[in-house]
Amino acid sequence: MSGTAPAVEITGLTKRFGPTRALEGINLSVQPAELFGLVGPDGGGKTTLFRILTTLMVPDAGTATVLGLDVVRDLWGLREQIGYMPGRFSLYGDLSVEENLTFFASVFGTTIEEGYATIAPIYQQIERFKNRRAAALSGGMKQKLALSCALVHRPKILFLDEPTTGVDAVSRREFWELLGELKASGLTIVVSTPYMDEAARCDRVALLQAGRILALDAPAAIGHLFPRPLYAVRSRQRMPLLRALRGFPHTASALPFGDTVHYSDARSEASPETVVAELGNALRSAGIDDATVRPIPAGIEDVFIELMGDAPGAKEAA
Amino acid sequence: MTAPAAEGPAIAVRDLTRRFGTFVAVDRITFEVAKGEVFGFLGANGAGKTTAIKMLIGLLAPSDGEAHVAGFDVRREPEQVRRRIGYMSQRFSLYEDLTVRENIALYGGIYGLSNDEIRSRGNQLLADLRFEQQADDLVGSLPLGWKQKLAFSVAMLHRPAVVFLDEPTGGVDPITRRQFWELIYGAAARGTTVFVTTHYLDEAEYCDRVSIMVDGRIAALGTPDALKAEFATDSLDDIFVRLARNSAAEATA
Repeated sequence: MSGTAPAVEITGLTKRFGPTRALEGINLSVQPAELFGLVGPDGGGKTTLFRILTTLMVPDAGTATVLGLDVVRDLWGLREQIGYMPGRFSLYGDLSVEENLTFFASVFGTTIEEGYATIAPIYQQIERFKNRRAAALSGGMKQKLALSCALVHRPKILFLDEPTTGVDAVSRREFWELLGELKASGLTIVVSTPYMDEAARCDRVALLQAGRILALDAPAAIGHLFPRPLYAVRSRQRMPLLRALRGFPHTASALPFGDTVHYSDARSEASPETVVAELGNALRSAGIDDATVRPIPAGIEDVFIELMGDAPGAKEAA
Repeated sequence: MTAPAAEGPAIAVRDLTRRFGTFVAVDRITFEVAKGEVFGFLGANGAGKTTAIKMLIGLLAPSDGEAHVAGFDVRREPEQVRRRIGYMSQRFSLYEDLTVRENIALYGGIYGLSNDEIRSRGNQLLADLRFEQQADDLVGSLPLGWKQKLAFSVAMLHRPAVVFLDEPTGGVDPITRRQFWELIYGAAARGTTVFVTTHYLDEAEYCDRVSIMVDGRIAALGTPDALKAEFATDSLDDIFVRLARNSAAEATA
């Protein structure tokens, strides 16, 4: 027992919208100064979870505390201690950069000056555009302004709902670097993304699908949850390769991953050498001469697909 | 006297340029895309991608240079070009308050298909996607992944020579995403050229070749493998960031 109370503690959290199960008995906790990721596709429950944690929505069942305060009973005490950046552009396009910031500061009874030290590392990057209308900013600058607005009242915890969706790769990388700096300053951060490759930037991640947590661990540990050895198979003949692999009698899975196919074998006892040799032979006899096969470690997306297949609702997605 | 260059490249672009006043949005880009190729068209925000695509689909006249799509000149024959392309974007695609079948009929009509063609191709589409049970559901009620697959198939209804896809698999679950790419590969294998724009470099990994635009020019072009070898990295993301950070626009932004 470390003695520090968790920054977020969630038990049995459930929320339904009519027949849709947005959250189905979620349990998790986030430690202070942790960078925690919620990773999953649209409809996984990420936004609903954020809305409950930021006191904007009441759960049907279960409890959640943030900074030790109950999200339903203690909402007024909680609201001033949390920063929230919603998924959609949430600023006033007709107001200038500085006016937006002044507005969000005033809502929390503070001023830009009081919050300046907190937002400085981010705000200084856009401060020379402070008289520009927010609607006229580039995507990367809008994102920095939104983050400044979420931080200006010096919150202890920050909730970011898909901050990098629709943003180009350069701005995305800079944004994750900023989150790393904020975490180093002691801020607790909960961030969501539909992009599996961004999960590696977090201390721990929860994979969220159809309102359930498929897995929760450090990104590097998630790969170990894949239950079988995995192989990357490549050939220039993409569709024939996929068809041949799916026709192989020992196939457990064969799925396209960019320019390779990830193949797993149903036989637990077959050695990697055996699998590589047999696959090579089978592909050659199917007329695919240029195939290469090599064992690889499983990634988060491999695990996500594997666990989705077992989950209720997998049929629906397929 | 149509369809002149059936055996030529699906897209042929030479020194294509577009200026807005003194600003050069697209600066003498040159590339070709083969029939049946899956081509990734990448670039940072503001690099000139959207302007280039508007010229390729006949919505914006070039200032200089030329481009042929499906054998037709985008400047002189924009109508012929538009008849031979499909377009699908994650943001704009289907009408949510129409049913699946109504969307098919609407787009079939827009693309100039006869009622018989709309019926037979629509039924085929529903069978291929196993959507028969959902034919009379409102599109707005379908899960995102279903909408994406439907939007792609609708964009293919008139059997275009080239289909343009804008960030096609953003936000979709990883199983549906793979089904979507298999639809794309299937279309490419039947000879459709697929032109994909995306911010997500892992989508680019599915393409036969990719180009990366910086400041209106094509800064890199090749197979994902060749580019990784050229830049001595195993990540397209690294290449993209390296090129975009050298950009003049980035230096002033």
